[in-house]
Amino acid sequence: MTDGDLLLETRALRKEFGGLVAVADVDFTVARGSISSLIGPNGAGKTTFFNMVTGAYQPSSGEIVFDGREIGGLPQHKVTALGVGRTFQNIRLFGTMTTLENVLVGMHCRLGSGVWRSLVRAPAQRREEAQARARARELIAYCGLPARAERQYARHLAYGDQRRLEVARALATTPKLLLLDEPTAGMNPQETIAFIDFVRKVRDELSLTVLLIEHDMKVVVEVSERVTVLDYGEKIAEGEPAAVTSDERVRTAYLGTKAAV
Amino acid sequence: MTRVALPVRLRLPALSARTRRRVTIPVAAAVVVWLLLYPWLYTSYLSNTLTQWLPDTSTAFVILAFTVMGLGLNFVVGYAGLLDLGYVAFFASGSYVAGWLASQQFAGVTISLGGTAAKGTPGIHITPWLVILAAALFSAVLGVLIGIPTLRLRGDYLAIVTLGFGEIIPQFVNNGDNIAGHNITNGSFGMTGIDGLGFGNRLHSVFSFLPANFLNEIDSRWYYWTALALVAITIATSILLRDSRLGRAWVAIREDEDAAGAMGIPLMRTKTMAYLIGAFFGGAAGALITLQASATSPDAFVLQISIFVLSMVILGGMGNVWGVLVGGLVLAYVNYKGLYAIGNTFNSTFGTNVQVPEYANLIYGAAIVLFMLVRPEGLIPSARRRSELHEEEEEEREAEAAAHGEIGGTPA
Repeated sequence: MTDGDLLLETRALRKEFGGLVAVADVDFTVARGSISSLIGPNGAGKTTFFNMVTGAYQPSSGEIVFDGREIGGLPQHKVTALGVGRTFQNIRLFGTMTTLENVLVGMHCRLGSGVWRSLVRAPAQRREEAQARARARELIAYCGLPARAERQYARHLAYGDQRRLEVARALATTPKLLLLDEPTAGMNPQETIAFIDFVRKVRDELSLTVLLIEHDMKVVVEVSERVTVLDYGEKIAEGEPAAVTSDERVRTAYLGTKAAV
Repeated sequence: MTRVALPVRLRLPALSARTRRRVTIPVAAAVVVWLLLYPWLYTSYLSNTLTQWLPDTSTAFVILAFTVMGLGLNFVVGYAGLLDLGYVAFFASGSYVAGWLASQQFAGVTISLGGTAAKGTPGIHITPWLVILAAALFSAVLGVLIGIPTLRLRGDYLAIVTLGFGEIIPQFVNNGDNIAGHNITNGSFGMTGIDGLGFGNRLHSVFSFLPANFLNEIDSRWYYWTALALVAITIATSILLRDSRLGRAWVAIREDEDAAGAMGIPLMRTKTMAYLIGAFFGGAAGALITLQASATSPDAFVLQISIFVLSMVILGGMGNVWGVLVGGLVLAYVNYKGLYAIGNTFNSTFGTNVQVPEYANLIYGAAIVLFMLVRPEGLIPSARRRSELHEEEEEEREAEAAAHGEIGGTPA
């Protein structure tokens, strides 16, 4: 992995909602194989940034280059097919689908059976479904979900398992870049530590690149190789975790200016 | 979602999977045999007291044909979660395709392809079996054409626009007697003299095993069996697609459209596919009904039909093909036979003269309100819907199960 090997690069990426500039001309890079974090106070534009990268929002201006391809403005499913997988900050599983079905939905763009093949249950379709199920079960186990969860509705899973399923479903899309939106929200310290290890494991074993939005500074410092800070939509700092967290502007953004004593 | 808590709640007993199988398979087999033999049973073996409550074969045909529409709409509303208030548009398109391809509407030409009209009759006369298929395909195309602009909308907005299309199509039909000088639809008069089912004399002469043209001795049994076959095909399609990649994508979209998109599901294509398949069966049923009625006209395609078919889906159990089947059969039965039978029995018992069918809308309204209060998930809901609407009970059940060690706590 060389410095020049970028998986994701945004150039002057901007999103305006009416008069509100949610993301202001952000230049941003993610090196292939890295684990990076995007941090910033609430409302800094982190999730908006994610939504542009995944194609949920159209950028107002600027470019998004993923794996050597301009993807700005592509519809979500095409971006996913190119290799961007994501989880959601507020868990958005398919509640009345089972754990297994949720993961199978994640595989949608990697499967090819259409209406005709499904209607006649062609051998190719049955083989594909069987393989998909086997792979889904592997992923469910890999993400630490108990085997019995497979047939439970996602809405009935415990909170921690729902978080795990979000990751399993995102991995089912076979991403090159995994976007995790506040994955440790609501986890206790032990679970958080386990999750950090899991993210590293995923990166190494599945040779992924990971970009997280995270509020928990311990997680950020612990897991990321590079941190970018957004504040009011602007990039205010970037670099190694230790350097960024001691940056004056970052401290100001998070804690406010020092009052005159 | 807030819901009135009622002390009574209609609940079917929970049976184990094995008991259910042991009960359902023989029952289902008996029902199928009964349905297949129904035309003979009705005319030969059933007593008068029973036939007073049972529809004759032509009425049974109409009941089945409307059930096909309910099952078709279930693809759109039940599976993909797209509220469609204009399903009657596909009934209309199927109906008019039948008129175009099997009547004297286009008397300028004389085309006969195994049609059931007498040889040399002006107009297009295609074999009715192909007419049904053509009507279904035409409606499917129409479904895509309506779907492309409207399916970008969500929820209530989509419902309103589909309502509009349900009104536009009959309007078009009503004014279609002079489109650039061509009489396409015969305007408010509609089309009459539409051919019936049959194999046509020409087909009979080529394939002698097929019965000869029986246009002039309309045999309602053939309509009945055709509708029954169509019900079977629709059910098979429902089940095969439900348990497929496409079926999963529909449910995912119903659950959370944005998340579905982020998981790589092409939203427009998948939603349009639900529309296409729903329209296909709506068109087929429309054509079949028209072939039997031998006429069609714009005033048949009213909003009430859309609501009627939607009620089958909702009362039967959204997203569950068996629920919709039962909902369709029950509602169509009540509409086309039950109310008359109830009225007759009521009047002969009490010596009154109440026209019960005139109170149909009142009765339906009351039934729907009652259902929404007592059993909002429908007669036979899909497990998904039940889980959605009875959250507290599900949780209780799971808590109980957990207490017995069936479902463990959160693993570390």
